[in-house]
This record gives sequence, structure tokens and C-alpha cells, in this order.
Amino acid sequence: MKEKLEAMKAEAIARIESAKDLDALNEIKVAMLGKKGELTAVLKGMKDVPPEERPQVGQMVNEARAAIEEKLEEERTKLARMLRTEKLKRETIDVTLPGRRSLRGHRHPNQTALEDLERVFIGMGYEVVDGPEVEYDRYNFELLNIPANHPAKDEQDTFYITKDILLRTQTSPVQARVMEQGKLPIRMISPGRVFRSDEVDATHSPSFHQLEGLVIDRGITFADLKGTLGQFAREFFGEKTKVKFRPHHFPFTEPSAEVDITCFKCGGKGCRMCKGSGWIEILGCGMVHPHVLEMCGIDPKEYQGFAFGIGLERVTLLKYEIDDMRLLYENDVRFLNQF
Amino acid sequence: MKTPLSWLKAYVPDLNVDVQEFVDRMTLSGSHVEGYEKKDKNLEKIVVGKIESMERHPDADKLVVCQVNVGTEVLQIVTGAKNVKTGDLIPLVLDGGKVAAAHGDDTEYPEGIKIKKGKLRGVESNGMMCGIEELGSSRDFYPEAPEDGVYVFQEESGVKPGDDAVKALGLDDTVVEYEITSNRVDCFSMIGMAREAAATFDKPFYPPVVSVKESGGDVNDYIRVKVEDTELCTRYCARVVKNITIGPSPKWMQDRLKAMGIRSINNLVDITNYVMEEYGQPMHAYDLKTIAGNQIVVKRAADGDTFTTLDGQERKLDADVLMICDGEKEVGIAGIMGGENSMITEDVKTVLFEAACFDGTNIRLSSKRIGLQTDASFKFTKGLDPASAYEAINRACQLVEEMGCGEVVSGIVDVYPNPAEEKVLPFEPDRYNALLGTDIPAEDMLSYFAKLGLTYHEDDQTLTIPSFRQDLGCMADLAEEVARFYGYDNIPVSLPKGEATVGKKPFHQRVNDVAREICERNGFSGGMSYSFESPKVFDKLLLPEDAKERNAIVISNPLGEDFSIMRTVSLNGILTSLATNYNRRNKIARLYELGNIYLPKSLPLTELPEEKMRLTLGMYGEGDFFDMKGVVEELLEKLGIRGVTCEPSKDIPYLHPGRQARMMKGKLELALLGQVHPETGDNYDLKTDAYVAVINMETLTMLAGFDRKYEGIAKFPASTRDLSMVMGKEMFVGQIEQVIKKNAGKMLESCELFDVYEGEQVGEGKKSVAFALSFRAKDRNLESAEVDKAVDKVLEALKNLGVELRA
Repeated sequence: MKEKLEAMKAEAIARIESAKDLDALNEIKVAMLGKKGELTAVLKGMKDVPPEERPQVGQMVNEARAAIEEKLEEERTKLARMLRTEKLKRETIDVTLPGRRSLRGHRHPNQTALEDLERVFIGMGYEVVDGPEVEYDRYNFELLNIPANHPAKDEQDTFYITKDILLRTQTSPVQARVMEQGKLPIRMISPGRVFRSDEVDATHSPSFHQLEGLVIDRGITFADLKGTLGQFAREFFGEKTKVKFRPHHFPFTEPSAEVDITCFKCGGKGCRMCKGSGWIEILGCGMVHPHVLEMCGIDPKEYQGFAFGIGLERVTLLKYEIDDMRLLYENDVRFLNQF
Repeated sequence: MKTPLSWLKAYVPDLNVDVQEFVDRMTLSGSHVEGYEKKDKNLEKIVVGKIESMERHPDADKLVVCQVNVGTEVLQIVTGAKNVKTGDLIPLVLDGGKVAAAHGDDTEYPEGIKIKKGKLRGVESNGMMCGIEELGSSRDFYPEAPEDGVYVFQEESGVKPGDDAVKALGLDDTVVEYEITSNRVDCFSMIGMAREAAATFDKPFYPPVVSVKESGGDVNDYIRVKVEDTELCTRYCARVVKNITIGPSPKWMQDRLKAMGIRSINNLVDITNYVMEEYGQPMHAYDLKTIAGNQIVVKRAADGDTFTTLDGQERKLDADVLMICDGEKEVGIAGIMGGENSMITEDVKTVLFEAACFDGTNIRLSSKRIGLQTDASFKFTKGLDPASAYEAINRACQLVEEMGCGEVVSGIVDVYPNPAEEKVLPFEPDRYNALLGTDIPAEDMLSYFAKLGLTYHEDDQTLTIPSFRQDLGCMADLAEEVARFYGYDNIPVSLPKGEATVGKKPFHQRVNDVAREICERNGFSGGMSYSFESPKVFDKLLLPEDAKERNAIVISNPLGEDFSIMRTVSLNGILTSLATNYNRRNKIARLYELGNIYLPKSLPLTELPEEKMRLTLGMYGEGDFFDMKGVVEELLEKLGIRGVTCEPSKDIPYLHPGRQARMMKGKLELALLGQVHPETGDNYDLKTDAYVAVINMETLTMLAGFDRKYEGIAKFPASTRDLSMVMGKEMFVGQIEQVIKKNAGKMLESCELFDVYEGEQVGEGKKSVAFALSFRAKDRNLESAEVDKAVDKVLEALKNLGVELRA
């Protein structure tokens, strides 16, 4: 009996080792361990074994079964691994083929620049406010200290609809509207489309965008204006950006300034972009003129504030090194796809 | 505004700074320097040489060999110039020096041209004699220079060999150009800029001391002045100079004018030009003998008048143009240009000088209407100080007398009926500091003010503002003056204190952001187009004559017909851009634009129009109607807008009549979309199938919500039924879907179209449509009978529409 079992076991293991695939292994399993398998047959034949030998024979059968099962499992794992390896090999692809992309649109660079600006100011506690593009002369000029026949009206060649209604030449009328509502303090920005009667060329467009900022509160100073715009410039143009305030004149601010920042291309050393000066003019600003505050119903003895205005296209053209403003309005997908 | 540094130094002699420092500090004190030109930047090692002898070149007929004395030595120079002779003093560039341009060559040499010694046809030449062009100037400014040849110093120049020739010619100057802001009228003059420079560098300022040596007589015997319109002419000063001797003006005056780019004409003209630059006050000189009745009348022209200005052009006038007239006729357009009929000629004997203050706005508008802008009108438009008319005319007479150009008749006619009041402002150092955020001592402020010509009165702590500073009118103006001279860069840096505010965007902008996101996710790129367009747009879009869209706002002064109306339809921009892309052979284009249309409440406009935000999408090259519709649906879904129906339409003229629809929520129109009508496509030169959608963002904003509630994930299985139906071809699937949704009961989870078929098997004029209906209960397994009941109800309803279940 013992010999028979040993021989059975040895044969089974030899068959297992020579099995070529999982099916063959299964066959062996069935042949040996299945209901009609050889080993099962031995167990079935136990009734013919004398009772005193039965435990011993049973143990031997179990040992043989365990050994076969172990071998089967071992071989199965080996085979499975081999098969997987082969499958993986077959599945090899040329990974250098180009990636598959779904059609995606691109944001207009002007919009991206605007969102970047908005993000900085929203982070600084500014609320975004809209205003009408077709505007009353009163808001666009009069309340901003630009009375009838003021030369500034000429400087900002205005598109008129009627004597009193025009296409706004700046986003500043939104300032006047917000101030007039009288909810103080004010900390707002107002981006939007503005119009001036400039013929279209590489640097001019009759329609462009500005972003206006206004802060009104007790005790706001020119120093606060400097600090705010300095912080803005570092956030927007980079940590190392320096700002320079130059005296200037705007009818609705006093004192007024133009702000230059260190050229973000050369860092201030001087390059083609900054025409060698190391500085780039970026915005106009100033302390809100007391007369403007008064006209909008705010007591200039109690409240002070500052305002600033940024030309969006200017920022966009500089930031993306776009050399012709007309590209912004042509909407050629070969242009837009670059952003 | 330009100033030669040499001229500024005439009033600020202690101004000894290099150009870069001058430019930087002037800019920081408010006179923004736009650029500067060093007239001698490419002139190096150029001295005065004296030709001692000349010989023929042994091997070249056209060349001569000269021995030239340059003070320290005698150099041999070979030249081809024909105009020089022994004894001439000429500018000579030495070996290693530089000149600005080449003889007979218009090329620009930004770096100049280096001159080296060498041999000309075998004979050594140690330098080059220079013509005026080689020195970077021209005969316009040096009329004594020969048309072709070497510049020869004139005897009266007093130069000697070895002198710096550049200096001798007055070319050692730098002209600085500033951007002067409109409030600083005073800075459009040499004196004004000199005052700024003196204050900036804290150097003494010496304006001209004007005193006129009069020769007797009485001006009132020569001329009477009557100003009829004292609003348009606030001051009129007149003086008379007799026994005029016309001749050249002195070199210093010529040099200063030259540096400003003004050609010297003669002493009289030069004086008026010089004073205009010096004081910023235009002047005019009349030949007194042409002034009829010895009378000047300042009055408005009559509508329809014409007048010939001294450039020989006939000008059309109107009643808003101010004229200078004599006893009989018009002799000049006030502040703009004199008349041909009173022009100064070489044989003038007696001159009438005019210096007046005209209303800047009127001059600006008149000059625009007439179409004539002059140096004088430019100065007047800024709104001059009435005081400068008086000062300038006296200065001119002083120069006339000093230069021996004539004899000044005693007295001045000064018509100034309403003299400007002296402006006095309180001195409020604390308020200036509070506005600036500074701590500047009061005495420092007073020193800045003193430099600017403001007078402080200690007793009542006030400041008298000089008349030339019309821009100073309130506390903030004075604070700016303090800030300018304290230095903007010295003002500290702080951040606004006070209560914290929340940064945010309005809701509609969040909705717009979502719209952009969805568009881009679907392949549409952001575009931008103009708000104004051509009225032809309506025809291109095939809108009928009575379409309400044709009621557009018209710009009264547009850039041209093509930009003359405010858009009432948003499509033109996108269609134009699609065509641009198509005609540039871009295979696929998908564009969107978020922009306003402008709808007038009435025309002509009496109040502001409604500005409606439209999201416009357009595409060609890939995709069809349903791709476009999918984008609109995705946007609506993202905005939480449900219960939207798609209603087929036929009435949108610019869309394909069988491929257009409106997306509606009840009675609210959310969007329209469709394929572009081929005729519209042709009108835009867009000869391919294109699809567009126009979405009303205001309506979407009104309906949009971002609140979402978790509804749980289904625990019980769904029960599905496929319905395949046959119906008339014209019947809309949307209608079937509505019937299903309406009748299937609340267990209906979804109803999805999976097939539409037309063909032989369903018969002529019919189509087959198949939906998959899915039913589910949240709390239990659905009984088959329940589902059957719901489906039966649906079928019943469909039957009423003539829809049959397909066998």
C-alpha cells in the first residue's frame, strides 16, 4: 500500500512538472484528486483495509494529497506568472506615439490676465463691481472733475451717442456710481470694456479694457496707495518687482501718479521690452480729488481714498509678449490656441 | 515740450548735472521726460582748423592736399571739397574722431562714423574736413553753410585754430523732451521749465528782468483797441515799434531757436518766436500800415465768412470763431493764424505787436473746425495766464530795443476789463501730511512753496498763488506740490487700516465663469469682438426691414460706417471670426464670446440702453447641431437649470429653417441655436456648415443655482423597458419624450433615446423611435406589474398622438 501510494505521488508530481498549461494541470488534479481520481479511489478502498491499519493508511493518503496539492499550486502559480508575462509582452505598445487629446478650448489671454488681476485684488479684500458701458457724460466726465469743454475730454476722444450719453472712455465712472450710493467704506475693483476713438493699429484699438480700483475710508493716505500697489505688483509680477511712483496729472485724483515697475523680462537691467530703461509703465493712480468726493456726496474732511486704473491690454501684451494688439480681436484659433 | 539744456541754464546758471541725472530727477518731480537728444552724441574730436596752404594732389584731379593748423600742430588733410581756400577756418575731425553722418548719404548712423587717418590715392590724410550734414545738422539751421562742401566759419564767429568746433557751432547741447500734463500750462514755456528745474535741483532761479526802454511818443496815437467779446478775449495787449530795421538776429538767439528746431528768419520774426518759447505766450506782429483806421477790433466772425490766412489758404469761418479786425476788415484769426493782408514784409517800418489771452476752449474748438492747428493755437488751447500777455509783450519790446531792431513807442494798450483775482489758499501742513501719510515739517513745505513762487503770509497763514499756477486751487493741489518736492519715493509705504472687507465677485460673474469653463471644456476658445459694427450686419443676417434688432443705437462720431452702430445681435463678431479662420484655412474653429448687446429703450436715446450679456458660440469643421446643443445642455445642467424644453423654430432668419431651435424654460427664452443659414454664411464668406448658439446670460443668472443635495445611491435594482415606436416623420422626438415623462409616473428614473430610424421597414413618411425607460423605487424592489401599468399608461397617451408600438 505504502509503495503504491509513493508511486502514485511520484507519478503525479512528474506529470505536474511536465504540464504545459493550466488545463493540463486541471486534468491532473481531476485525475488524482477528483471524485473519480486515483487518490480518491484509494480512500474509497479504505473499507478493505484492516481497521488497525486505517489510521496509518489515512495519514499516508492525506500526506500524498497534500504533497500533490502543494505541487499543483506551485506549478499553477509558476504557469500563471509565465502566461501573464507573455501576455504583457504581447501587449507592448509604442509609447512614443502621440497622446490622444480631446478638443479643448483656450481662454482668451486678455481674460486670463484679467482673472489674474482680479484674484490678487479679491485676495486683498476688494469687491468686483460692474458698470454700464454706455454711460452718461455726468458719470464719465462731470463727476470725475472733467467739466464741459475740459481739454481732457479731447485727450480721451470720446464716442458720443447724444450730447449726454456716450461710450465710456474709462472704467472710472463706476467709481462715481459706487461713491454716489454712499455705502462706506469702499474697497472695489471694476474691470470692463472702454472706448476711445483711436484708429486701429498695432498699439491702438477703439475698444479696450481697464481695471479700476477704488478705496475710500477714514484716514486713507498716499502711503497706503503706495503700499497697496507695491503689494499688488509683487503678487502679480513677481516677488522681486519694484515700483516707482512718478507725479502725474489726472483730473479726478490729486496728488496723482503714474506707476512704473521693474521690467519683468530683464528684471530692471534694461532690454528691448523696457526700451533699455529697466522700467515699464503700468498704471495711473492717485488720491481721489476732494472735489470728486464732494460731488459724489462724501465729506472729504472725513473720508479720503485712492483710485487706480490699469490698462488690461497693456498688461496682456506685455505679459505674453504679443506685438500686435489687433491679434486680440481677430480670434484666429492659431493665436488663441497658444494660451 | 522740449527744452535745450543750454537755454534752461540761462535762467538756472548753477544747474550743473549730467543729462541722466537731470532726466531722472525731473521725471520724479513731475516733468516726465520722454526722451532726450544729445546733439553731439556722435561728434568726437572735432576742432577748428585753419587751412594754411593747398596743393594739387599728384595723382587725382579732384583732390587737394591741405596743410591745416589745428592750434597745436599742422596736419596734412586731403579733401575733395571745392569750396575751401587758403585761410579758411573749418571744422576738422581728427584721427580717431567721429562724425554723425556721411556726405551725400541719407543713411542714418545711430553710432556715428569713425574717422581714421589713411592714404587717399597714396597721399596721407590725418583727418577730415566736415560739412554741416556730417555734423548732424542742416542748412536749415546753418544757412551760411554751402549747399555742397565743407562748412566754413564766418569771420564774426571769432573762432581760432584748435577751438572745439562743436561748441563753436552750438552743437554741444542736449534737447530734453517732456510730457507735460494738461494742468501745467506754465510748463509749456522755457521759464516754466526752468522754474521746475531750479526747484527740483534746489538752485537759484533767475527769470528775465524785463524793462522796456521807451523812445517817446504815445502808443494811443498809433492804435486803438476794442474788444467786443471779453469772454473769448480776456486780455489784449498792444505795443508799437517804429523805425524797424530788419536784419539777422544775434547768434545766441539763433542758437537757442536752432536748438528748438526753429529756423531763424530775421530779427523781428525771431523775437516773436523766441518770446513764444520763453513765456509760452504766442505773439503776433502786424505791419501797422496795413491796419485800417489805426484800430483793432476783437470780435466774432459771421457765419459763412471766409478769410485768407498768411499761408495763402482760404478758411471758412463761423460765428464762434474769434477774429482780429481793423477798422475795415479782418486781419487775423485770433490765436490761430494771422492774415495774408497784414503780413510783415521786408520793407515794414512800423510794427504792431499783439499779445493776448484768448479762451482756450474756444481756440481749441475753432482750430478743430477750421482744420488749422498752429504752434500758437496749441499754446492757447491750454488756457493761458492773462498775466503772461503783458509780460511777453514787454519782453519782446525789450529785445527789439536791445537788438537794435526798432524804437519802442512809449506806453502799452492793455485791454483787461476783468482782471483775475489773486488766489489765496490757507497753509494747512497737517492736512497735507494726513493726505500723504507723511510727517513732513511745515518749514520744509514752505521752502518748496517758495521755490515755486508761492508767497507765504505768516500773519494769517495763507499762501498767495502766482497767476501762472492756475492749477493750484485746493488743499490736495498743495499737498501734491509738497509730495513732488519731498519726493514720491520718500513717502512711506503702508496698507489701508480700518475694517476688513470681504473680497468677492458678483453672482452673475460666477455664472459667467461657469459658462467659460463649459465652453472651453467643449473645445471653444474665448474670442473678443467690437461692440460697434456696421448697419450692414442686419442685411447679412437676413433680418427683415421691420426687425426690432434694427433699432440700434447710432454713434454720432464713429470711426466709420463699419463701426457706427452698437450691436443689438451678438452674432456678427463670431461669424466674422469664423470666416477669418475658415479663409485662413484653419480646419476646425470653435469660438465663444461673452459680451454685451445694447438694446435702446427708445430712440433717439434719452436714457441708458439695456446692456444684455450674451454668450455666443460658433463652430465649423467638426460636430453638428447636436454637439452645439450638448454644450448648451451641459451649461444649463451645470447651472442647475432644469425643466428646459427645446422648441423647434422656423422664424430665426439667419439660421437654417429646418435646423434651429430655442431652449425655453416655461416662457423664458434661454438660448437659441442652429445651423447658420447658407445665405448668411455666404454673406460672411463662410462657405461651410457652421453652427451657432446665443445664450441669454441674464436669464441664466436669474435661474442659476449652485446648491446641490445628495440624493443617495439606489439600493434596489432598476427595472427597464425598451419602447420601439412608429410615428409620422414630422413628429418631434422631444414631444414623445415629454409624453413619456408626463405619463410614466414618479417611478420613472430615466428615459433615454437609443434609436431613430427611417426607411423601408417602417414605411413611407414614417420613422421608428426607440426609448429605454428605466423605473426604480428608492425603498423596495418594483413589482413587474407596477412597471407594466406605468408603461401601459405611456402607451395609451402615445396612442392618442398616433404613435404605435412597433411590432
